[in-house]
Amino acid sequence: MSNHENENEYAIQTFDLTKSFGNRKAVDKINLVVKKGDIFSLLGPNGAGKTTTIKMLTGVLKPTVGTAKIMDYDITRNPSEVKGIIDISPQETAIAGHLTAWENLILMGGINGLKKEDTEKRAKKLIKLMGLTERANEQVQKFSGGMQRRLSIAMALISDPPILFLDEPTLGLDPQARRVIWEQIEQLKGKKTIILTTHYLEEADALADRVAIVSQGNIIAEGTPQELKKNIYGLQTMIIKGENLSSPDIGGLKEIYPHITKIDGGIKIEAQELIFDEIVDYLRSRGVKINWLSMKEPSLDDVFFNLTGEEVN
Amino acid sequence: MRFLSLASRNLKEIYRDPLAIAWGMVFPAVLMPAIISIGKNAPMEIFTANALTPAVAVFSFGFLTLFSAIILAKDRESAFLTRLLTTPLTATDFILAYILPFLPIAILQIIICFVVGSFYGVTINSTILITLIILFTMAVGCISLGMILGSLFTEKQAPGVSSIVIVIISILGGCWMDLKAIGGVFETIGYSLPFAHAIDAARAVLNGSSVSGIVTDFYWVLGYTLVFFVVGIFCFRWRTKG
Repeated sequence: MSNHENENEYAIQTFDLTKSFGNRKAVDKINLVVKKGDIFSLLGPNGAGKTTTIKMLTGVLKPTVGTAKIMDYDITRNPSEVKGIIDISPQETAIAGHLTAWENLILMGGINGLKKEDTEKRAKKLIKLMGLTERANEQVQKFSGGMQRRLSIAMALISDPPILFLDEPTLGLDPQARRVIWEQIEQLKGKKTIILTTHYLEEADALADRVAIVSQGNIIAEGTPQELKKNIYGLQTMIIKGENLSSPDIGGLKEIYPHITKIDGGIKIEAQELIFDEIVDYLRSRGVKINWLSMKEPSLDDVFFNLTGEEVN
Repeated sequence: MRFLSLASRNLKEIYRDPLAIAWGMVFPAVLMPAIISIGKNAPMEIFTANALTPAVAVFSFGFLTLFSAIILAKDRESAFLTRLLTTPLTATDFILAYILPFLPIAILQIIICFVVGSFYGVTINSTILITLIILFTMAVGCISLGMILGSLFTEKQAPGVSSIVIVIISILGGCWMDLKAIGGVFETIGYSLPFAHAIDAARAVLNGSSVSGIVTDFYWVLGYTLVFFVVGIFCFRWRTKG
């Protein structure tokens, strides 16, 4: 992958970014580029190196080898400038428990050097955006996990950073709370460059413009969710159950779709691209009575399993 | 002045924790009459109001070491500090932001000690300002020491280690016993630390000593405070450099 083409187009570029802890390489020569305005997801299981990568990009950890550019700033040479254009919602809930939601936002505005009026204006908007209006003046240690996570994201947004890092923003939340956070992240799409780490495949699938699959400190695949599903796993699956599905009936289909296997009461067809009407029309023309049919697109789960032989979660 | 925002947060965290206030404020107010009443049965110079007031104040500063170590260690281990480390705050900003909120507590502790001491006859005249400067400098040193401990130790370790500091202040600071009378290794160790110098200097001023008489003691206190402050910044930077 070339990191140097169309540099102005990119918000983030990494150059052999590596972090070692003793003899163990947590991140090993990662090279990636993130376009401005994209939601870019680092997807992988716990311990894959996602958070370490984020910590290097945000200046919390120094790379052992390699570097990265955030906009035009080198993370090792210009850490102060980098810190001025990024913000992060860390993996664990990073809020001041004895402060109210409002005070937490004012705090982050002040630390980021915003004027009081600007901070208050933005805080009002963010409290509303994150659905925290009714409890804005309560100490946040009493909030639910989902509310604390939403506040944590709001705190990262108070400085209106062009680049936002969301490290496992929905980790440990129930599906409903997760959905609320997804909706809020979707509202930021195109407005900010977002680096989202997750080990929820459906999260990367739903939110990300591009996904890098991280395993054992390496990026093992990168592309749009669709590209990854198509190029790496690539197989759509159709299961058909019905009457008269004997071998001669499917003989012609096998010429077009070689991967047809018999299953109990029917057949399973796997191919890069399955043409639904073609298959159904063919079988019907052979007198097959279809009782049950399902078609499954490959998921990022399939991609990850295909690449690593492991389940991501 | 970004650190003022963080200092303001730390101040709220402290004041909204009633236990910190109770230990920081109520304890010296209770300790002083308790020790004076004990001292009535053993009439010694060390149990007079002029001797006890600075001793209780310096002893109370040990709790500032404890609280400041805990709050920093707690934040350091939480994701909250990770968030703060991605902001433009510098290591000096951090240490200042963690020290500043404890200064009003230190001032209140000193005031409480002198208000309670006034009921038992502590000398309050124009030299009290010098006493306050000595004690305040020692308080800053104790808070800075807390920054060192909070940077080096975990949230669970910091209270234990800070308690050792409180014991050291109590025994080797000469709060409740005359180090010079004990002599030997205790005296040597005690006077190689700042606490005994702070107490001695404050006692001397309250007993009518001139400024020139306490300059050496004050330099010990000031020197240690500066060292604790710089080492605190160094330790914090070292623990968070990644």
